[in-house]
Amino acid sequence: MTIRQHPTSGGTASPSDGPPLSGTETGGAAANGAASAGTALSDTVPGAAGDGTAGNGAAGNGARPPRLVGEGLTLAYDKRTIAEGLDVAVPDRSFTVIVGPNACGKSTLLRALARILKPAAGTVVLDGERIGAWPAKKLARTLGLLPQSSIAPEGITVADLVARGRYPHQGLLRQWSREDERVVAESMAATGVADLAERAVDELSGGQRQRVWIAMALAQQTPLLLLDEPTTYLDIAHQIEVLDLCADLHESGRTVVAVLHDLNHAARYATHLIALRDGRIAAEGAPGEVVTAELVREVFRLPCRVIEDPETGTPLVVPAARR
Amino acid sequence: MSSVPLGSPQVFHATSAQSPPRTAPPEEPAPRPSAAAARPPASRRSVRAAGLAVSVLLLLAVLVLSLAVGARPLSLGDAWRGLYDSGSPAYTVVHEMRLPRTLLGLLAGAALGLAGAVMQALTRNPLADPGLLGINAGAAAVVVTAISFLGIGSFTGFVWFAFAGAGAVAVLLYAVGGGRGATPARLALAGSALNAALFSYVNAVQLLDTASLDRMRFWTVGSLASAQTYTIERVAPFVLAGLVLALLLARPLNALAMGDDSARALGANPARTRVGAIAAVTLLCGAATAACGPIVFVGLMVPHFVRALTGPDLRWLLPYCAVLSPVLMLGADVLGRVVVRPSELQVGIVMVVLGGPVFLYFVRRPRRLGTRRRASTGAAPEVAAP
Amino acid sequence: MTGSSRYGVIRTPGGLSLRFRPRALVVAGGCLLLALALGVLLIGSGDFPMSPPDVVRTLLGNGAPADSLIVNQIRLPRVGTALAVGAALGLAGAIFQSLVRNPLGSPDMLGFSQGAATGVLAGIVLAGGGGLAVAGGAVGGGLLTGVLVYAVAGRHGAHGQRLILVGVGVAAILTGVNGYLLTRAKITDAARAVLWLTGSLDGRDWGDSGPLLVALAVLGPVVLVFCGRALRMLEMGDDAAHGLGVPIERVRLILLAAAVLLASFAAAAAGPVAFVALSAPQLARRLTRTAGPNLLPAACMGAALMVAADWVAQRAFPGHQLPVGVVTGLLGGGYLVWLLVTERRTGRI
Repeated sequence: MTIRQHPTSGGTASPSDGPPLSGTETGGAAANGAASAGTALSDTVPGAAGDGTAGNGAAGNGARPPRLVGEGLTLAYDKRTIAEGLDVAVPDRSFTVIVGPNACGKSTLLRALARILKPAAGTVVLDGERIGAWPAKKLARTLGLLPQSSIAPEGITVADLVARGRYPHQGLLRQWSREDERVVAESMAATGVADLAERAVDELSGGQRQRVWIAMALAQQTPLLLLDEPTTYLDIAHQIEVLDLCADLHESGRTVVAVLHDLNHAARYATHLIALRDGRIAAEGAPGEVVTAELVREVFRLPCRVIEDPETGTPLVVPAARR
Repeated sequence: MSSVPLGSPQVFHATSAQSPPRTAPPEEPAPRPSAAAARPPASRRSVRAAGLAVSVLLLLAVLVLSLAVGARPLSLGDAWRGLYDSGSPAYTVVHEMRLPRTLLGLLAGAALGLAGAVMQALTRNPLADPGLLGINAGAAAVVVTAISFLGIGSFTGFVWFAFAGAGAVAVLLYAVGGGRGATPARLALAGSALNAALFSYVNAVQLLDTASLDRMRFWTVGSLASAQTYTIERVAPFVLAGLVLALLLARPLNALAMGDDSARALGANPARTRVGAIAAVTLLCGAATAACGPIVFVGLMVPHFVRALTGPDLRWLLPYCAVLSPVLMLGADVLGRVVVRPSELQVGIVMVVLGGPVFLYFVRRPRRLGTRRRASTGAAPEVAAP
Repeated sequence: MTGSSRYGVIRTPGGLSLRFRPRALVVAGGCLLLALALGVLLIGSGDFPMSPPDVVRTLLGNGAPADSLIVNQIRLPRVGTALAVGAALGLAGAIFQSLVRNPLGSPDMLGFSQGAATGVLAGIVLAGGGGLAVAGGAVGGGLLTGVLVYAVAGRHGAHGQRLILVGVGVAAILTGVNGYLLTRAKITDAARAVLWLTGSLDGRDWGDSGPLLVALAVLGPVVLVFCGRALRMLEMGDDAAHGLGVPIERVRLILLAAAVLLASFAAAAAGPVAFVALSAPQLARRLTRTAGPNLLPAACMGAALMVAADWVAQRAFPGHQLPVGVVTGLLGGGYLVWLLVTERRTGRI
């Protein structure tokens, strides 16, 4: 089940135009009922992948080549090596979730995929081109990132913060087009923060704030979106709210990659799961196939049973009793 | 209740040595990589005691060195004879110059090192140094005011002003350091800003009064050269009082290291401890600054070095600091007397040249300063609205 | 019209668009007017007083020849220097505070002013130099400090915490070195050096402020026009800015270099005038009430503050002129204490 195929990297024109969102059905658990607003989502789906590579690739059914690939990645901070010789491929149009115990290199991998961390060896390839060779702004129009630590400038309003997501689409003489205005409005509507537009970000609750940051990433209008622990520090209702939002984004045609702590959340929402341990991939594939008691024991050193989630039928990890 | 540990986990670890032998605690992975930490607790305690004894010997050696080295070098025998034999040719040099200077270095060094250690514990901030944070500058500013505007010239007169200045800055800094999310960098920056403000004031006063400029420009770099027996007699009681107070605070400060709530849970009184600690810092810094001018980095370097030897337990850390800080201070002073002979380099300058790179090294070392990830980020719900 | 309620937008049919904040422009304009008005007042005051209309007439070239000499040769250069120094410090302060994300992160706290001072003291004490040695020492010292801080902090560390700590350490070291150089000087040189260290506008002519004006004219547009928006993105953290396509290291290097240059040239012209760089951006942002670096308002506010401080310095004690740095130091020190006490609750300091 560990698919670790090397993609044939070469000018593979990628499929681009997102299919319109077909009546988003948010799972009944949406917390404040804010995560829906599906109609707006379909409009925010970027029309073009990258910058003019709008070639209508053969609409592969399931066999699309992955757009974002890491080959032989060695990741290190200063002298400390986190991972060596890691091969990952993010399937196109997937909701890929990276899980693993603390300090296994999840976030590091995501940072490398987002070009924030330069790999010590190996390359990250996006749409057939080395990610380091992409111009910064062009990359930012293709690959969006919600970092773990972002700082809301003091006193900034929600609308202003979301508007900053338009930066890669702007220029010195093109500072605020009608398009920018429309996308910002849609992004806020899609994340359910439109009502908060003129509020200061500092005043919001954790869940609201996280949705604002996601709205900013959304306003970037990227076909790929990387999220580093989007649910950390949120209570359970807000976690589900944010994850539902991510699922909506995925269904509207985006490729979403997220680092999550909660294995059950990962199993419920992911279409593709990557389990890391000690900087190597322990398992990879659809959650229904990958999440097993053996895997959890191997990756998290946790004895457990895996049962079927009564709500969704996805695997549900239940830690073993103390005896 | 005598040996009930009030301290950090490391303290529990250390004091468990006093419980009956053979109940050595299950080995916890010590968070510190130092060699001492890896030893079992019982021998660790004796290592610490032995280390302290070695430190005292080191201090004695530096004291002798400080008596012997200078513009006119003396042999050890001459220096020794000069100390007690009034007929010896070295008697005047030793008694008029070297002895006061050495004693002042001893007092000021101990004071600044201890003050630094207490500040670091109080603010839970590894970069707290009375000089760096502006406490010495506060004392300096008020002293300069006293000299220039109030015409106060005697040490007894202005030592009280030094206390006032040091105390005011200590309270202000504590207020900043106790604020929510005050990271080492923020506190250091607040201190740097205070330093700048106070020194610009000192500059301004000097500018209006050239005569005092001539005197004060030597005082504001920090020097032991002008030490007199009289000054020592005046400064010693304050330093000793501060020393005793600081050592008494070791145990409650240990408890405070884990946060107010944990300290309270352990039966300590955070408010009283804090008042005591600020009083100790004020006494120590005020006295030291009044006697030899603002000196930076002693209070930073010595506790850091000592922490690597003893761990964070203040009951060991503070005595070590009290002994080893004068070693650094006198060593720097001796160095300053030697390097540019026949002229001299003020001890404050030597300290800056030695301490600055050490500071930058600490800053560059990753992790140590705990730039907490996610701390005060907009995305974290740390300041979430109700 | 989300996101634009506080913004004005100009769009051309060709698809070009400009966005601006009316409030920020009003604040900047107001500060500039205030600075100019105070400048006129300052030019008109002194041993040979002139009414403001006379001053304006003279400045426009229609005044009496005697007036013209005093205004154009003596007083205008001084006021012009004050305006330029204030603007440069305000701009440099705004850049630094934004880069290190701390309201106290101004060049005088991070070692750059001290570095400029070291250069000047070396010039005065070691070379016994005059005006040129002083100016060259200031710029050289400031730049060297900039390189040192950047090198020690490391390419990836030139932000927030690390930059602050390295800057503070370098500032402490250089303060000690400056003290030492001062003890090495003859007392007359020492007095001159202390006057310079405090920051003074006495007897400044266009020769002193010329390099600064050139630096402002070159660096101002670079910073305001080309880096302003990227700097705003950097405030959200490196990762976020990176995700938005800001080439963070390049932008930061340009901005740091520009800020260090501005601070150094300002120091060369008038000495390391304390606290203008710290307080101008803070005051400006309080008035504009918007997040972001507020570069232009900060520069205008700096100019206004500087002229106002010079006015106070000349008038506070009749018959006794203080150096302008004493005034900014005292006002700034008070402001600093206020800032420390009020802002600590928000955890920003």
